Amino acid sequence: MTIPALILFFTFHTLPLIKGIFYSFTDWNGYSDWKFIGFKNFINVFQDDTIRNAYGFTFKFAILTTIIVNVISLAIAIALNSAIKFKNALRAIYFLPNILGVLIVGYIFNYVFAQLLPQFGTYLNIPILSSNILGNPDLAWLGIVFVASWQSIAFSTIIYISGLQTIDQDIYEASDIDGANKWQTFRKITFPLIAPFFTINMVLSLKGSLMVFDQIIAMTGGGPGNATQSISYVIFHFGFSGGNFAYQSANAVLYFIVIVAISLFQLKVLAKREVDL
Amino acid sequence: MKKKKTSLVLTLMMIILASIFILFPLYILISTALKSPQDMINSTLSLPTKFHFDNFTQAIKITNFFDAFGNSAVITCVSVLFIILSNSMVSYAIARNREVRFFNILYCYFVSAMFVPFQIIMLPLVKQVSSFQLDNIPGIIVLYIVYGLPFNIFLYVGYLKSLPKSLEEAATIDGASIWQIFFKIIFPLLKPINATIGILAFLGTWNDFMLPLIILSKPVQATLPLVQYVFQGQFSTNYNLAFASYLLALAPIIIVYIFAQRFIISGVTNGAIKQ
Repeated sequence: MTIPALILFFTFHTLPLIKGIFYSFTDWNGYSDWKFIGFKNFINVFQDDTIRNAYGFTFKFAILTTIIVNVISLAIAIALNSAIKFKNALRAIYFLPNILGVLIVGYIFNYVFAQLLPQFGTYLNIPILSSNILGNPDLAWLGIVFVASWQSIAFSTIIYISGLQTIDQDIYEASDIDGANKWQTFRKITFPLIAPFFTINMVLSLKGSLMVFDQIIAMTGGGPGNATQSISYVIFHFGFSGGNFAYQSANAVLYFIVIVAISLFQLKVLAKREVDL
Repeated sequence: MKKKKTSLVLTLMMIILASIFILFPLYILISTALKSPQDMINSTLSLPTKFHFDNFTQAIKITNFFDAFGNSAVITCVSVLFIILSNSMVSYAIARNREVRFFNILYCYFVSAMFVPFQIIMLPLVKQVSSFQLDNIPGIIVLYIVYGLPFNIFLYVGYLKSLPKSLEEAATIDGASIWQIFFKIIFPLLKPINATIGILAFLGTWNDFMLPLIILSKPVQATLPLVQYVFQGQFSTNYNLAFASYLLALAPIIIVYIFAQRFIISGVTNGAIKQ
């Protein structure tokens, strides 16, 4: 069983990976002849405004989403883990967004932003909400942040809840007796004890947001202009159409290096912090 | 006494928050799907005056809903089944032979592939898959099974480490073959982790959009998310029709979730924490 798995995995994963790296050094357009052109693609990628813009969008999107997701889901998790009623029902409702298909959720919110929110905004006389924010080059990315957060908060909340459940309740009694206030308890006891879960959520949500794709397709198609083109979207869109196969392969190779570097850095820094806390 | 009071306020807050952010979008989805365009002009938010089931019949026709549902179901079920069967076997071989250098290298090889973003293999993959004539449903199933390997081997091997070897040693002495040991002893013991991997694979495959988008070339093979994309243009400004179609596409997983939410939540949690 191992050998066929190895062969299949090599054929469908490692081989395309090698090919991708290989073609990134050529000028192949996807169908005709090609020749080696060395690092030319990589040099061009660095000077390409579209790609630079995509990195800018993807990073500001990913950082904001990761922060929002972790702050809100931690708050929800603490609330859902405290002494409240309908605990299980609420937990099930808060997790629901996570199981829904990203693309379809994107389409639904596309409508909310295009039709409902402007009506609401006009009614309340808030100019910024009176028009479709997805049509505004400066604000469209925030709409995508909202939808992406909506789904990943559901996931992170559940992880934080399972983290909170590992904490022994006696320790809270002790801190209560010592006269610690709520914030001190959170800062000095709860947070350090769920640090490993914080690491998991940070890594997963940052990695997920750096790969954002479905939401872009469903909500903006990269627009308006190229305001919300993510790196994934650029590789997909320009790689499959327009004969930029090799060029986008070079872009993908750089993206690969960036992702690996970030993941390793994050794991190292956050794992170290866990020990320090 | 004080504690009980706060809990009620908090309960109420959490219910309100859930209603605004989660139940309200769902309400919009369902009510819009049931309205006629005429109803929409009068009020976007109110309940439909009359249930307009016509949207659904039309949406089913336009998107070939039952074909897409069938495709999604076949792809998801076959993939999940084979992911559990094959990935656990590979993991078993690796976990029990870690001291052999080949298997140890193999483990590192598979697990390090978790770092590779799909985007880098996407472009060459499409060329390769179509030259193998695998740009169809059997092809995409093979891809799902193969791409499950890195993460699943990681989970399975971690779990298998915690199982004692003594049972297998006893079975070997009794003359059981390696296949018998796997299917009669190991596989049943893997039940909890099989559930975790099965749930994650199910959700991932069912909701996946990117792989069907680039691999499935024929419209008749499209999955549920893919048909929404393909027929998006045909909904044009008829939001009621579009929403009926979205609701149909989301309904199967919501129904499954209502009955198995505890199971699904624990599966997803286990998978993430072991990472």
